[in-house]
Amino acid sequence: MPARLKLFMPLILFIILAVFLVRGLSLDPKELPSALIDKPFPEFSLSALGSSEILDKAAVSGEVALFNVWATWCISCRAEHPYLTELAKRGVAIYGINYKDEDAAALAWLDELGDPYLASIADHDGTLGLDLGVYGAPETYLVDANGLVRYRHVGVVNERVWSNVLQPIYEQLKNGKTN
Amino acid sequence: MVRIFSLVLLLLALPALAVIETYEFSDSALEKRYRALSEELRCPKCQNQNIADSNAPISQDLRRLLYEQLEQGASDDEIRQYMVYRYGEFVRYRPSFSGVTIFLWMAPMLLLAAGVAIAVMTLLGRKQATDTTEALSEEEQLKLKAILGKAESNP
Repeated sequence: MPARLKLFMPLILFIILAVFLVRGLSLDPKELPSALIDKPFPEFSLSALGSSEILDKAAVSGEVALFNVWATWCISCRAEHPYLTELAKRGVAIYGINYKDEDAAALAWLDELGDPYLASIADHDGTLGLDLGVYGAPETYLVDANGLVRYRHVGVVNERVWSNVLQPIYEQLKNGKTN
Repeated sequence: MVRIFSLVLLLLALPALAVIETYEFSDSALEKRYRALSEELRCPKCQNQNIADSNAPISQDLRRLLYEQLEQGASDDEIRQYMVYRYGEFVRYRPSFSGVTIFLWMAPMLLLAAGVAIAVMTLLGRKQATDTTEALSEEEQLKLKAILGKAESNP
């Protein structure tokens, strides 16, 4: 009997390997969970885009909001922008983090394409981005009313991402607050 | 010959151009730690490169940060923790020894032990197999002759 079992070893090994490989196919290695999930949004003190006003964490917290990391050098951000504008129209609170960008270019962009942001944080040196664990724009963070980071989406936010991923969490956080 | 030699030397020097910026360290020990850490920290953007090899903007930022922290006197562990807090355990090519990673750390030893065990068992089995093929005893020889003789006499 053990000799017969030995004959099945290659098959068993193959099945184990296949399970791992099939699992690997459905994983996206680019999808890294944020290290900041359920941790407080980092403290910062940066100027608002195109003004001398200083924004800090207190100025942008208190409600469930999206923090969108963007830049004019980021091509996908341009693709994402119209949808953010639409979300803002629907009443979603969105703050902009202008990541390692030039103020003039960023202001011209907002002038041309519309400004969906309640406030824009000018993160010239990427220090806030670094504290957030940003590794490429666009990234969008969902922050709750207590200032805790609840979700991070890397890549473009579009209709599909919003309704499948972000909106359920957003609604849940919103409703949790009113209860 | 000299030309070929210098060409080879030039080609060997190419990797030196891979990392763009250089930092002046106040102490050569810091520079050593910088090298070690930048090879151990993984670029979050490019997935399969460390920050020493990668020229992604985020790697440049992390190298600068590493330099600043080293100059400020942060310990290796403090720097690792700082990075892990922001980018997750992912940034470490040498993950910490914890409940989640215990299998990762032990796997090579377990696999080696399993390999040795299989090898030993196979070799012992083979030895036993050869041991059983002993020469026939005298009694058996006679028996065999008798059988063979019978077979020859009546075909």
